[in-house]
Amino acid sequence: MIYSYFPGCSLKGLGRAYEESLLPVMRHLGVELVELEDWNCCGATAYMSVDERKACVLAARNLAIAEKAGPHDLVTPCSACYLVLNKTKHQLQDSEQMRATVQTALGTAGLTYAGNTPVRHPLDVLVHDVGLDVVKERVVRPLTGLKVAPYYGCQVVRPYATFDDAWNPTTMDRLLAALGAEVVDFPLKTKCCGASLTGTLPEAGLRLSYILLKEAKRRGADVIATICPLCQFNLDAYHDKLAKRWGPVRIPTVYITQLMGLAFGIPAEELGLNRCFVPMKPLPAAPAPAPA
Amino acid sequence: MQADLRPGAPTKVRRTIKYESERVKGFGREVMAVPGCDQLVRCIQCGTCSGTCPLSVYMDHSPRQIMALVRADFKDEVLRSNSIWLCASCYACTVECPREIRITDIMYALKQRAIKERMYPKRFPIPVLAREFTNMVSKKGRITETLLVMRLFMKANLLAVLSSWRQGIGLVRTGRFVLRQERIEHSAELAAMLATTDSQAEPAPKTNQEAA
Amino acid sequence: MHDPSNNGDVRIGFYICHCGHNIAGMVDCPAVAQYVGRLPGVAVSRDYKYMCSDPGQALIGQDIRDHGINRVVVASCSPLLHEHTFRNAVEAAGLNPFFFQMVNIREHDSWVHTDRAEATEKAKALAHAAIRRVRFHRALQTTKVPIHPDVLVVGGGIAGIHAALTLANGGKNVYLVEREPSIGGHMAKFDKTFPTLDCAACILTPKMSAVRAHENITLWTYSEVVKVEGYVGNYTVTVRRKPRYINEELCVGCQECIKACIYKEAKFPDEFNVGLSKRKPIYIPFPQAVPQVVVIDPERCLQIKTGKCKRTCIEACADRQAIDLTQKEQIVQVKVGNIILATGFKLFDAKRIPQYGYGRYPNVVTSLELERLVTSSGPTGGEVVLRDGRAPKSVGFILCVGSRDFKTNRWCSRTCCMHSMKLAQLVREHTGADVTIFYLDIRAPGKGCEEFYDKSLKDGIQFVRGRVAEVTDWALTPEEEGKLVIRAEDTLAGVVRRIPVDMIVLAVGMEAQADAQQVRRLFNMSCGTEGWFLEKHPKLAPVSTFTDGVFIAGCCQGPKDIPDSIAQAGAAAAEAMALIDRGYIEQEPNTAYISEEDCSGCKSCVPLCPYKAIGFDEARQKAVVNAALCKGCGTCVAACPSGSIHQHLFEDDEIFSEIEGVLAHA
Repeated sequence: MIYSYFPGCSLKGLGRAYEESLLPVMRHLGVELVELEDWNCCGATAYMSVDERKACVLAARNLAIAEKAGPHDLVTPCSACYLVLNKTKHQLQDSEQMRATVQTALGTAGLTYAGNTPVRHPLDVLVHDVGLDVVKERVVRPLTGLKVAPYYGCQVVRPYATFDDAWNPTTMDRLLAALGAEVVDFPLKTKCCGASLTGTLPEAGLRLSYILLKEAKRRGADVIATICPLCQFNLDAYHDKLAKRWGPVRIPTVYITQLMGLAFGIPAEELGLNRCFVPMKPLPAAPAPAPA
Repeated sequence: MQADLRPGAPTKVRRTIKYESERVKGFGREVMAVPGCDQLVRCIQCGTCSGTCPLSVYMDHSPRQIMALVRADFKDEVLRSNSIWLCASCYACTVECPREIRITDIMYALKQRAIKERMYPKRFPIPVLAREFTNMVSKKGRITETLLVMRLFMKANLLAVLSSWRQGIGLVRTGRFVLRQERIEHSAELAAMLATTDSQAEPAPKTNQEAA
Repeated sequence: MHDPSNNGDVRIGFYICHCGHNIAGMVDCPAVAQYVGRLPGVAVSRDYKYMCSDPGQALIGQDIRDHGINRVVVASCSPLLHEHTFRNAVEAAGLNPFFFQMVNIREHDSWVHTDRAEATEKAKALAHAAIRRVRFHRALQTTKVPIHPDVLVVGGGIAGIHAALTLANGGKNVYLVEREPSIGGHMAKFDKTFPTLDCAACILTPKMSAVRAHENITLWTYSEVVKVEGYVGNYTVTVRRKPRYINEELCVGCQECIKACIYKEAKFPDEFNVGLSKRKPIYIPFPQAVPQVVVIDPERCLQIKTGKCKRTCIEACADRQAIDLTQKEQIVQVKVGNIILATGFKLFDAKRIPQYGYGRYPNVVTSLELERLVTSSGPTGGEVVLRDGRAPKSVGFILCVGSRDFKTNRWCSRTCCMHSMKLAQLVREHTGADVTIFYLDIRAPGKGCEEFYDKSLKDGIQFVRGRVAEVTDWALTPEEEGKLVIRAEDTLAGVVRRIPVDMIVLAVGMEAQADAQQVRRLFNMSCGTEGWFLEKHPKLAPVSTFTDGVFIAGCCQGPKDIPDSIAQAGAAAAEAMALIDRGYIEQEPNTAYISEEDCSGCKSCVPLCPYKAIGFDEARQKAVVNAALCKGCGTCVAACPSGSIHQHLFEDDEIFSEIEGVLAHA
């Protein structure tokens, strides 16, 4: 299986552990991710706040490059990129005016937009294309005894995701179960972590992260699994500030792909697990084989 | 407005009434003309958006109130509030709205309007971040988070750097502190592409402050 | 049929109506009259202020007598309004009423033009078309279809019961068919009814007993209609009577068999108590069930499923021997003239809104579940309790669950505001708990309802205007621990609130029954876009349907409360009685007919008819149109490959001449 791959700015910066774990895990499952050539920033929420047309052009350039790259679906792990690329697709489908603007802009670089490249999320690919049976087969070190709270965040499940339910998504839950982990019932799984407000308006943003961490811990989770680099940063990097303001809530947050890597037997260093502010405890001792 | 009840404190009262002349007639319709925002006309003010919004408790006007103010053409109230900047684009409101109004997209439209008309506090970090973000992307094609955050501190809040020293050290320690500017090869091409939209710009809306 | 004798000497009378200013304001009527007066065949051409008035109609009669007019054309408003008026006027003057043609120059011309000249030219063209057409009109007769005096009522809820009693009291023979083992419908599950707080059972059960006792009502419960053939006045209905495994004639409802059942403990979800309690395989739906006859569930009965049971029930009924485990379903057929559908509603499935936690949090219940809790004959003996048996100290009602929501049901379910306030009052009365109602709007129309709202406020019920965003079980403050938390914006106070409660009640909306589409097809009816049975006219004919002889009443037509259901039931009964007492129905002769010599027996027309009005005579290999069922839609006429189907009032020569008339004026 081969897909085009759009990492996004964060996966080369703060969120590099996501890419570091995603690529070997995908390779292990026989999925090749081919990075788009000379991709540009998707614009995230910031560009859309300033100029809608430019934001559309920005995102559309990547879609056009993906189309040129071949008839493969485009996989993007970062939630904001997933949202923006899908939103752009919808806008270009719904608005003739926007389509015209974008085509003119792309035309100056010899690119066109045809709208036939689906933008997919790794969870979607793992559960629906690769299949949980294949994932289960590849597990050499089941995560038995590890209590994981699956945290999806906002922008993957709302408003464009068709591959999972917006209110109660289960793709990551099922994936974790296939890895042998104990999935913790986590009703805040789609509640906002505070996004960029944790930096610009900490009083508001950090509190949202605090609530998530507190509830995950209260429900007995050992670790929170996430699919978004900003969520991971927010839940991982501010424990000192949270403790000072509201109280201690020390619980590690890792990427789902890092857990997958561990279950596949890939060494922790190769999965970027050393990049967590709050390190994850080593997995519980492997369970004894069941008596014959 | 909380009364100051200390003995001897002067009693201050403030008169709040909205006259029709304070309405910027047509503002609501302009906002609703933005693609995706037309459903606002069907809002029944049920409050589901505010009820589900994680940031509504920090906003000076709840999302529902913003919708009411937009429809009633109270442009100043809307663009000067902090509400539009506190929207984290989590889309919870959009998904829950029983009238299928795309509230988050309306917030974006209001943000764009406020930036265009420069109606936000000078050093308010959120619009400053948006502006710095777009500057970096327009020039380099990608953003480098650490460099962006540093620019943000410089432009908006120098002192915050000091309180975030632990984050800084943590990033260095874990190898996530990237100082090399990410850039694309064809940045000139990208700049040219973005520039084409300027010539196609629509005329400024009738209720634009500067046009008045 | 075609009457050539009249064709030769056609003398047309043309009348153009001013309709006050409605037509004359845009159309130059005298000019049109002048123009038409010069057309061949026109003997008289007049314009007049109000043709539909008595003097206007008298004009027509006068001309028929004085000028030998034998065809009449009136150019005025829509035929839907006055075609009947003018046909009557023509008939009164001794001419066949179908020698009349109406031209709409109001809705189709004057009301849609802004240019006088253009409007006048169009009027001339339309009039010219009618002049050419009316020459080919044939003399036609309406047909009289007799009405069988018996009536079928489908659905034994309050609406069905009231319709059946009204008809039966009027001396008509009624078959009341009900799907459940007992009549009573949803109302039998209610405790007290708003706004009077009358006990539902106390006002319903006398009517239920009256149904049982009435000599004119044949009550068939645990039965369903499976086939309907025929047409207004002459329906043949096939009913499937499901086996109860009890002989209805012999059972006296002593319920000794239930006591004796091999299942010492009730194990299966009790449908009447909406799953809040359990029943045995042999059961009676509720204490006041009518008929007071036990029923055995074949899916659960050990003997019926496995053949291995001690059959203690049969032992217990030794003296009456009412239990018959070999009973089979019965198919019966009846002939009726009219049908009234009163099949009721179903409630919105609260699981479709997972945000409210129904099915996830045990103490989130629906309004109907709470209704059963408050009822003294209910599963908890009238105690409002949480799942663990404790009494709730705080209860939150969430309104508009599933209603007024573009994502689920767009409509307002009309009764839930009142229903919720009633339940809130009862909960406060039973438990003294703090009750908060979260609403969008409080809809309390109807007599005594606004006063009921006031009483709710006086009772100390808190009202928070804000549509609830979600129900959660995670706490942010100590007071929220262990409770269900409602997060909503209190829009009137202008602040977001988190309110912890012990129990949450969801005011689920009403929907059409799950099988509404199948049922409506059975009765050759339509459903509206929202799934409710479609009335003929939302204002003027709320209980009639487009299928003559089939009426609808109660919630199957749309959400409503008990007084309105009863009003509709009475209305439907009256409509049916009007038909029965008149004894016949007059059919407009715009029906299709088949020219036998030309029919090739290809059967193309048979499946096309939306009203199933075309049959096929196998012996003669010819298609046959049942004029009583035919609605004159013209589908078969257009489809017939050999052109052997014609339509009265829309013959080829009539249509072509009309086209020629319009083009002649181009």
